[in-house]
Amino acid sequence: MQTIEVLNYTAKDFKSDQEIRWCAGCGDIAILNAVQKAMAELGRKKEEFVVVSGIGCSSRFPYYMNTYGFHGIHGRAGAIASGIKVANPKLSVWQITGDGDALAIGGNHFIHEIRRNIDLNVLIFNNQIYGLTKGQFSPTSKYGQVTKTSPYGTVEAPFNPGELTIGARGSFFARGLDMNVALNVELFKSAEAHRGTSVVEILQNCVIFNDGTFNYLTDKEHREDRIVVLEHGKPMIFGKEKNKGLILNGFKLKVAEIGVDGVTEADILVHDAHEADPSLHLALINMSFPEFPVAFGVIRAVAANTYDAAVENQIHNIQAKAKIKSLNDLMLSGDVWEVK
Amino acid sequence: MNKKSIIELDEVVIKFSGDSGDGMQLTGMQFSNTSALLGNDISTFPDYPAEIRAPQGTVGGVSGFQLHLGTKEINTPGDYADVLVAMNPAALKANLRWVKSGGTIIVDIDSFNEKNIKRAGYDTDPLKDERIGNFNIIEAPITLLTREALKDMGLDQKSISRSKNMFALGMVYWLFSRPLDFTEKFFEDKFKKVPLIAEANRKVLHAGFNYALTIEALPSYRINPAKIKPGMYRNINGNIATAWGLLAAAERAKLELFIGSYPITPATEILQELSYRKDLGVKSFQAEDEIAGIATAIGASFTGKFAVTTTSGPGLALKTEAMGLAVIMELPLVIVNVQRGGPSTGLPTKTEQADLLQALYGRNGESPIPVVAASTPSNCFYYAFEAGRIALEHMTPVILLTDGFLANGSEPWKIMRTEELPEVNVKMVNKDIADYKPYLRDKNMVRSWAIPGMPGFEHRLGSLEKMAVTGTVSYVPENHQVMTNERASKIANIVNHIPSQTIEGDEDADLLLIGWGSTYGHLLTTVRELREEGIKVALAQFNYIFPLPNNTEVVLSKYKKRLVCELNMGQFASYLRINFPQYEYLQYNKVQGLPFTVIELKEVIKKHL
Repeated sequence: MQTIEVLNYTAKDFKSDQEIRWCAGCGDIAILNAVQKAMAELGRKKEEFVVVSGIGCSSRFPYYMNTYGFHGIHGRAGAIASGIKVANPKLSVWQITGDGDALAIGGNHFIHEIRRNIDLNVLIFNNQIYGLTKGQFSPTSKYGQVTKTSPYGTVEAPFNPGELTIGARGSFFARGLDMNVALNVELFKSAEAHRGTSVVEILQNCVIFNDGTFNYLTDKEHREDRIVVLEHGKPMIFGKEKNKGLILNGFKLKVAEIGVDGVTEADILVHDAHEADPSLHLALINMSFPEFPVAFGVIRAVAANTYDAAVENQIHNIQAKAKIKSLNDLMLSGDVWEVK
Repeated sequence: MNKKSIIELDEVVIKFSGDSGDGMQLTGMQFSNTSALLGNDISTFPDYPAEIRAPQGTVGGVSGFQLHLGTKEINTPGDYADVLVAMNPAALKANLRWVKSGGTIIVDIDSFNEKNIKRAGYDTDPLKDERIGNFNIIEAPITLLTREALKDMGLDQKSISRSKNMFALGMVYWLFSRPLDFTEKFFEDKFKKVPLIAEANRKVLHAGFNYALTIEALPSYRINPAKIKPGMYRNINGNIATAWGLLAAAERAKLELFIGSYPITPATEILQELSYRKDLGVKSFQAEDEIAGIATAIGASFTGKFAVTTTSGPGLALKTEAMGLAVIMELPLVIVNVQRGGPSTGLPTKTEQADLLQALYGRNGESPIPVVAASTPSNCFYYAFEAGRIALEHMTPVILLTDGFLANGSEPWKIMRTEELPEVNVKMVNKDIADYKPYLRDKNMVRSWAIPGMPGFEHRLGSLEKMAVTGTVSYVPENHQVMTNERASKIANIVNHIPSQTIEGDEDADLLLIGWGSTYGHLLTTVRELREEGIKVALAQFNYIFPLPNNTEVVLSKYKKRLVCELNMGQFASYLRINFPQYEYLQYNKVQGLPFTVIELKEVIKKHL
């Protein structure tokens, strides 16, 4: 008989004994708390979690987790995590990365892990700046942003991590906000539940080098009018008065007000995260203030085969039919001859 | 010439050459496999251009396959050919200087038209040149007779012209009294689904054989079987031997094999072979780039697999930073570098030994990595196993150096059984330990391996310097010194776990020939031939490069002169100078994308005596 172990973890079980060295007020701390809380609630054994990172402020993350952890080299977290998961698909592998680590130096690994749909949870802490090197622009910094290496403003357009995920044929994308721990816990649990590469972008404030860049989304006065939290199967309604919603106008999204121009709640789009066609997901990902609210929540979660499971299946099927069962068999196969 | 006269030979060198689309590699492989089955010892050397289909008829597009077979022990593919097959003027131009005076040259006379002669860079027909008089030229109408043989089979022109190589092979089979059945069987198997093509190849092969028999222009040779140790044999090239050696290490360590690699000439075949080996449970990951190749392998190593990555020079450069990661994490990993001509893209299909210093020193920080080199195509098996053993028993990345010459060259190999290899003692942590310290070391300075899934052993490894014993991040100045020393002494200690350096030849010679890796066959043959001439000489061929064997100094001290021969500009010589500055080292170096010749080595040595 199988014995069922009851796992009564709390977030504390996932805290390591290492002192946290992020700056006071850093958005990373809130994200760490959310990850620890989510892991405690997932019902998986602690020894099955592996937290992998690259280089950057966010990449110090594994040291603060009382799980198996791997602090890698710059940009390569995606490749390292891929190797870990493919080598042992029983593990729950979490890649912690930043906008520089994942989208600049690690861009190649990022698109290819998504393309392969390896069953990983990829958490991108997007603060739109290089923090650990003290304030240079990143691939997500706004056009024209003044930083130490763009003293006259950048002259390059930023990536949107969600758009890149869709472009790489991603099966899962969610967006969270560092300080919204409750939302993030739900997103991380959804990411773990999804089989495939689950990309979660967390907008994260860097208190030292890019402080307040997301204030327009966090400001208590206006935030409910500026964000929409999407939930599968629910209408895309937002606003302080819950009276605004998203509708389709031709092929484009449009903000409408319920009760104005004959718009009723029934006209508001209902979110379908499971739709394979990425067109609407892409439109939602690309919504930006002030024309639109910024979308949060699980925007896309589409079932697809995973690479790691496919590798296991292929080995299993081939071994079942194979004539060669050992290296000794192999060496004696084909053109061999005996000298007497 | 009387066709019944049979000349007995101890050894012969044959070279097949033609356009890179002419199937010369296949032709050469068929001849060597047939000869191996007859019991000859063999060494082969394919030499082909970097382009898949280089411009037809040009010297740059010539693909060649040289093989050396004999009744005696054969250690090199031979310097100069006794028989050259040249399918077009370009093949003649590229290879004429590699044919022995008086040698036989079979040409496809149908290809010697004005256009092809010009394209090969000749002003006039080389067959009409008086210099060609030194050779026994056989002008065979190969194209015409191939067409004639196949005229009633309803094949298209392309298929017909593709069979030309079998006509040439048939001729050479007659020349050396080889049976045709091995090659016939090969085509039957290869074209099971298109028997017409198998039949066409069989017909042309016989046509060539019968033509050679009929023209009475050729002598017939016999090469008796070599005296070979009893046992089961097969032909094997260096890349396949490397792949199988890695499998052997995994088996003897009782671990799954993971390979993360990116295709690169001339290493690709290792990744290909291991991708087929899903039947043996291998997980192969063709990564998006060289860096991802090694990074996935390091990830797999973290989970307790025997992880490897394979590459060639430019790829090794790209993997540099990640090799340092494996050094500081002290995870087992084998990095196979199949060297080719450099720098940069260099000569992708040609051989060279110029990545030695890159392997030894090409990383940031103090980051020692053991380096092992194979020295024959078949012993790539053993040294791949050794690289795996050292990596797993000493918790370190290990670089295995082979090169294009070993990778593509083949020789008969006495098949071993994996039980003949020692068991590999993996440093897996004792599960009864209560408080796991990732960097606690044993008497060999080796830490223990705990892997995800083991309850109670959760730990963090990272690229930052870590505190001795506990492995937590540490910036303490004295600790960095301690950890640097520990990593160095762990690698230095490996010297106690590798064999001593052997010497071949005369212990009391004045001159010690020193080589490493793939030059072994040429250096050994040189030593043998000089000794047959009564000249005293000794050879030390190194396989364990870092650390060097414990008796290296003793070996070096015994001889008045030390001559280091290598296919680079003197990298091993400079490495010996750093380690043993008390001695002088003579050098002989060559970087032409080609192996040494025994003739040039003998000349060089005689000058130094």
